[in-house]
Amino acid sequence: MSRNDWEVVIGLEVHAQLNTASKIFSGGSTAFGAEPNRQACAVDIALPGVLPVLNRGAVERAIRFGLAIGAHIAPKSVFARKNYFYPDLPKGYQISQFELPVVSGGMITIRVGEGDKSYEKRVNLTRAHLEEDAGKSLHEDFHGMSGIDLNRAGTPLLEIVSEPEMSSSAEAVAYARALHALVRWIEICDGNMQEGSFRCDANVSVRRPGRPLGTRREIKNLNSFRFLQQAIDYEVQWQIDALEDGGTIRQATVLFDPDSGETRVMRTKEDAHDYRYFPDPDLLPLVIDTDWIEQVDASMPELPQAMKARFMNDYGLSAYDAATLTASREVGTYYQATVDAAGIALAKPCANWVMGELAARLNKGEIDIGESPVGATQLAGLIARIADGTISNNMAKKVFDALWNGEGESADEVIEAQGLRQVTDSGAIETLIDEVLAANRKSVDEFRAGKEKAFNALVGQVMKASRGKANPAQVNDMLRRKLNS
Amino acid sequence: MIHASLTQLRAALDSGETSSVELATLFLDRIERFNATLNALITVDPDLALAAARAADARIAAGEAGPLTGIPLAHKDVFCTEGVLTTCGSRMLSNFISPYDAHVVGLLKAAGTVMLGKTNMDEFAMGSSNENSHFGPARNPWNTDRVPGGSSGGSAAAVAARLVPVATGTDTGGSVRQPAALTGVTGIKPTYGVASRYGMIAYASSFDQAGVFGATASDCALMLSAIAGFDPRDSTSLDRPGEDYARALMGDGSDAKPLAGLRIGLPEEFFGEGMADDVRAAVEAAIDTYRNLGATTVGVRLPNAKLAIPAYYVLAPAEASTNLSRFDGVRYGHRAADYGDLDDMYRKSRGEGFGAEVKRRILVGTYVLSHGYYDAYYLQAQKLRRLIAEDFRQAFETCDVIAGPTSPTTAWPIGAKADDPVQMYLSDIYTIAVNLAGLPGLSHPCGFGADRLPVGLQLIGNYFEESRLLATAHRYQQATDWHLRRPAIAA
Repeated sequence: MSRNDWEVVIGLEVHAQLNTASKIFSGGSTAFGAEPNRQACAVDIALPGVLPVLNRGAVERAIRFGLAIGAHIAPKSVFARKNYFYPDLPKGYQISQFELPVVSGGMITIRVGEGDKSYEKRVNLTRAHLEEDAGKSLHEDFHGMSGIDLNRAGTPLLEIVSEPEMSSSAEAVAYARALHALVRWIEICDGNMQEGSFRCDANVSVRRPGRPLGTRREIKNLNSFRFLQQAIDYEVQWQIDALEDGGTIRQATVLFDPDSGETRVMRTKEDAHDYRYFPDPDLLPLVIDTDWIEQVDASMPELPQAMKARFMNDYGLSAYDAATLTASREVGTYYQATVDAAGIALAKPCANWVMGELAARLNKGEIDIGESPVGATQLAGLIARIADGTISNNMAKKVFDALWNGEGESADEVIEAQGLRQVTDSGAIETLIDEVLAANRKSVDEFRAGKEKAFNALVGQVMKASRGKANPAQVNDMLRRKLNS
Repeated sequence: MIHASLTQLRAALDSGETSSVELATLFLDRIERFNATLNALITVDPDLALAAARAADARIAAGEAGPLTGIPLAHKDVFCTEGVLTTCGSRMLSNFISPYDAHVVGLLKAAGTVMLGKTNMDEFAMGSSNENSHFGPARNPWNTDRVPGGSSGGSAAAVAARLVPVATGTDTGGSVRQPAALTGVTGIKPTYGVASRYGMIAYASSFDQAGVFGATASDCALMLSAIAGFDPRDSTSLDRPGEDYARALMGDGSDAKPLAGLRIGLPEEFFGEGMADDVRAAVEAAIDTYRNLGATTVGVRLPNAKLAIPAYYVLAPAEASTNLSRFDGVRYGHRAADYGDLDDMYRKSRGEGFGAEVKRRILVGTYVLSHGYYDAYYLQAQKLRRLIAEDFRQAFETCDVIAGPTSPTTAWPIGAKADDPVQMYLSDIYTIAVNLAGLPGLSHPCGFGADRLPVGLQLIGNYFEESRLLATAHRYQQATDWHLRRPAIAA
């Protein structure tokens, strides 16, 4: 039997570190990379007698997220203690939200695949709740002992839980990417996956079509989209193989080893903790009134879905192009600025340039669009000169190169300085054509004998003679008339 | 001088009749003489005390003294004190020197008080007799074979024996009021949220509240004024304007009926079975005194009060079981000398670091929060808690304060209840409902029982009625002298 006989069911839990300056329940700094335990204050290391105080900034970011996904923002939510012992969990419990999360419901639209074969899908979210991060256990370099670094302890997290609605690793990755782009878009998380600011857990199960949900296994702590894809693909195949061999799946938490590309069991349901959740008596219920929500709403940027719809409606872009141009806030902002400078009439060529030449060059150089050497206004100037016939598309690439290399402030400056203006003077073109025809009698004869290819060769010669500046359409036109006369 | 009230000490300090250094020396000397017998203090720090006293004297000389500047005191060892051993009565913290001051400690330090030491207590404030201390039981100054009550037994004993004029305590389930009653001093616990819990080592967070001990309501009022107030570091601290509780005590006591108009509620549940005859006699006499002072009495009912102990012994251990998880031997406190793996380190460190009663409550608390038991225990107990608070709300519709015994008996012999936790728990039967409701409560001396041991009267007020409680007790103390009686050790 093949993989096609199985349905894959995936749900994702994402831990997004909120980009507050201080921790969620203390004044300790959240900056990454300090010397171990230098950013752990009395509350973070859980000295006797210390108490948590909720950071309003973390709540505001949760509200932003709730608004961005059209979720319900709870007027009253509750912090609970999740109890377990571990050396990097200083209090012996994590303050999290259990029964009453701050955000519930909501939806994210994802686009799966490339180009024409891509499709759109809506993924529903179950909830998003606030909690504190633990510290880190360092098991190397301590000669048989473990080091504990509590700098991360108390860093605010938004745990974002999706419904189990994804049916392939590609969908899971598309969802994770969309979520990653969104949290950066609304500026609640820096999205730095290497530093652990955005971590994914994937719940994976398989079933025969139409059958009840299979037993799931949870893959923990995937910190890149590639690992997410690899881990899910491996896990799906592993589960299918196990079931087809007549085995059963036991509920378990597994870890993905990027070196071997395999998942292995960390713990099974039998040794799962009883976390003994109960409301944290040190914290009052979190009350969010409509005033607060309205205040946050007023500060929200245009969201990707709204921007995408506008690009389609106002600029006539295809759904795929509009989705590509709103894949991140930086791209959307760049494209918008380009259109604003070039004019709405040029929205489509602007889209082609941003997704085409610019994207290719940025990718090649691994440069963020925010750092692009060619700014939106410069690109708009270039596109305008193509549109008004000043330069040809071919010449435009040269101008773009020049701008990229800093050889001019604007397209106009480069065109002037390098004499790239398109030749449209028919007298000048005719002279070139006559010279070329005189020098290429053989091609002329071949064309007249019916070889169309020879015509193209002649056009090429004329263009070459003009050093690329002649208007190609004009050359075509005049040459054909001359040969046919 | 050892019997002087805070007001008298203030006057003596301001007039130059004495100095803070002299006072500190006087009381340190008493500690030196009597603490070996009473075991009321775990830590005494004369150098630190004298340095603070010198600073206080300089402040007094500069004319910058506040009401408490230069006054010696002791803090219950549940309060974190910067640079000073803070044990919480436990082996677990027998090596813990706090790097910071509790909010209450910081306020009293800023007020210029002089800390002489840290007082004995039941381990992690769990107990009613002070027998659960890793440092041995504190003893009752009226009879050193008797318990001083708990968990703030060391503070109560120290004030009763005049080792300090005043002391701090905490009251989670009667831990200020009950030892005050058993040692013949005055103690008050304010409304939950009036004093910050920051730096007070947590036992049961939703009950824990700082309180104070003094010889009189007047001394308590001065202390309470200093420790009350909003603290942004405690999310359960109440953001309301500070109060001068001493101001409510105006009047010289010449009025024959100073309590005219005061309605005292007498809950029938507090006067039924279980109260010892000698306690009943003293309490009823005190109520007669209140009537003579002009108060009227009215019967009230607290039908759910009998459920306070079972509710408390579900909720408080539940909170305690996780509050005490941070004591794991990893970052501070006791760590076992030898252990195998991580789990073994936890097991041994906690097994060695905690005493029997603490372990019992951690086990109970873990059980009631466990999957499958949470609804039956924790949630049910929370419902009882609301019912009890509702009882009080209704009672206060017909009365201004509620009065009754603080403890069903006078101080019992050390060891008498040590093997019977339920009997021990029942000694808090009149005090615990107050903590469940979060109300203020006060205990003041009102006579003696059969063994010449003090009896306390408990006054319970509505939320934020600390001033009324203190004023009521103050009128009583203006008309009686029980609060002036001293054990032989402080004669």
